Amino acid sequence: MSITIKEVEHVASLARLELTEQEKEQFAGQLNAILKYAEQLDKLDTEGVEPTSHAVPLTNVMREDEIRPSLPVEQVLLNAPDEEDGQIKVPAVLE
Amino acid sequence: MPLFDLRLQEIHNKLRNGEISVTDLVDESYRRIGQVEDKVKAFLTLDEERARAAAAALDKRRTDGEPKGLLFGLPIGIKDNIVTEGVVTTCASRFLSNYKPVYNATVAAKLQAADAVSIGKLNMDEFAMGGSNENSAFHPTYNPWNTEYVPGGSSGGSAAAVAAGEVYFALGSDTGGSIRQPASYCGVVGLKPTYGLVSRFGLVAFASSLDQIGPLTKNVEDSAYLLQAIAGHDPMDSTSLKADIPDYVGALTGNIEGLRIAVPKEYVGEGVDPKVKDAVWTALKVLEGLGAVVEEVSLPHTEYAVAAYYLLASSEASSNLARFDGVRYGVRADNPSNLMDVYLKSRSEGFGAEVKRRIMLGTYALSSGYYDAYYLKAQKVRTLIKRDFEQVFERYDVIIGPTAPTTAFKIGSQTDDPLMMYLNDILTIPVNLAGIPAISVPCGFADGMPVGLQIIGKALDESTILRTAHAYEQHTEHHKRRPQL
Repeated sequence: MSITIKEVEHVASLARLELTEQEKEQFAGQLNAILKYAEQLDKLDTEGVEPTSHAVPLTNVMREDEIRPSLPVEQVLLNAPDEEDGQIKVPAVLE
Repeated sequence: MPLFDLRLQEIHNKLRNGEISVTDLVDESYRRIGQVEDKVKAFLTLDEERARAAAAALDKRRTDGEPKGLLFGLPIGIKDNIVTEGVVTTCASRFLSNYKPVYNATVAAKLQAADAVSIGKLNMDEFAMGGSNENSAFHPTYNPWNTEYVPGGSSGGSAAAVAAGEVYFALGSDTGGSIRQPASYCGVVGLKPTYGLVSRFGLVAFASSLDQIGPLTKNVEDSAYLLQAIAGHDPMDSTSLKADIPDYVGALTGNIEGLRIAVPKEYVGEGVDPKVKDAVWTALKVLEGLGAVVEEVSLPHTEYAVAAYYLLASSEASSNLARFDGVRYGVRADNPSNLMDVYLKSRSEGFGAEVKRRIMLGTYALSSGYYDAYYLKAQKVRTLIKRDFEQVFERYDVIIGPTAPTTAFKIGSQTDDPLMMYLNDILTIPVNLAGIPAISVPCGFADGMPVGLQIIGKALDESTILRTAHAYEQHTEHHKRRPQL
């Protein structure tokens, strides 16, 4: 299996990245090398093996649905690139 | 003798009898930074004004005879992916170059509660992705033992700052070896705790199922003190373990009589530098001399760990880094034409090449049609790697091998080949996949560069690896050598 420039473009758009022509070429080559290396996993028989998503067994953590203080709006907005009337501002979603 | 070469207890005695002040300790830190930082470049941000104010406040408490925290007055550096209230936290990324957190990570709050003094924020590979610090968007960090060499990564700034004597100790984070490998390259002690022992709240997430914060220190005793201060359950991190925290410093008895040590043949085989192997076997002889039993074992799935890791870690990263969209924080690209443009341009301009490469790999591995072949397969291989360790730990107390296959490499020598760079982590990655603790301690030098000995333990058995590392350290002098800068 080999990744084409077209696939690189598709994956970049899923990841919300805009790549230059040079980056596309470079990533296609490097991703192919990495995925080729990853193909060695196919040598292992994992039939019936449970996948591990976390090394320690996790259970849902529940708590009472109580009101607790959260950060004040002014503080939340301190890092916002743009704001108006206590809200984060972005350009139009639809033109 | 510089103050930082004293044991923590001796420093506390001197503080108690008024021989030195916290201000003296903070002075020593900034004086040393003034002397060597141009060569080492370990820091991204220095927080001198606050540090001096904190020192003055602690000195007042000291003379008033008020109770003192475990790390009272000790200057510490914090890796720049751990959020610190009011102090810029960049993750060494252009994207977060203006990000000033409005809250503290749990570990940062715990350090404050233990009365440590934060000196500044330490350099790293961007978003902790890399093993050389060459992926910092701002500048590389240089190895204090030879500034033509990398310090390792991603916690390279943390390791270099401790090795150079700029701070008493430092915090790093370890996803696939990012504390242990730079500790090994810089000749300091680096501990990756059991997954879930230390809260990740406020650690900017790279791969959530693997990330863990831990100490980088000059010796094992300091590592035990720092771990004591930061370990423990945190309701703000739902993966945080509800475990009893033992007395880590008390575990350093010096006695390892009868300890059962396993040496995996895969960790001392082909691909590991013979000089590194020599240093490791010499260390094992020291441990045998102290009454430990050393036997060779196999961790048969070791060779598959790097492939599984890069699929899993990159997949988690592609999801975690979706939050950097230029909307709520970070640098928004100039003049976007619409919202989609905000995402595309902010991310493309804000992220460096390695971060983009991993986001691309992870997005591909998780994308429709490839999920089973890559992500699910890698999760199953993770199970096999975890079982390898479980089987060995049925019969042994610790597993020992090198931390990294080589010593530090020259700056620029591996930047063109990401895969080669990834293979430096082959001996540290399996530990993260299994979620178990491991420590790297200096065990000698090869051609003038430090070699690290990795001691791996059972889940939540930090006490035994600290005890083993400490017993070894008591009978060697490697950790006392300092680089000439």
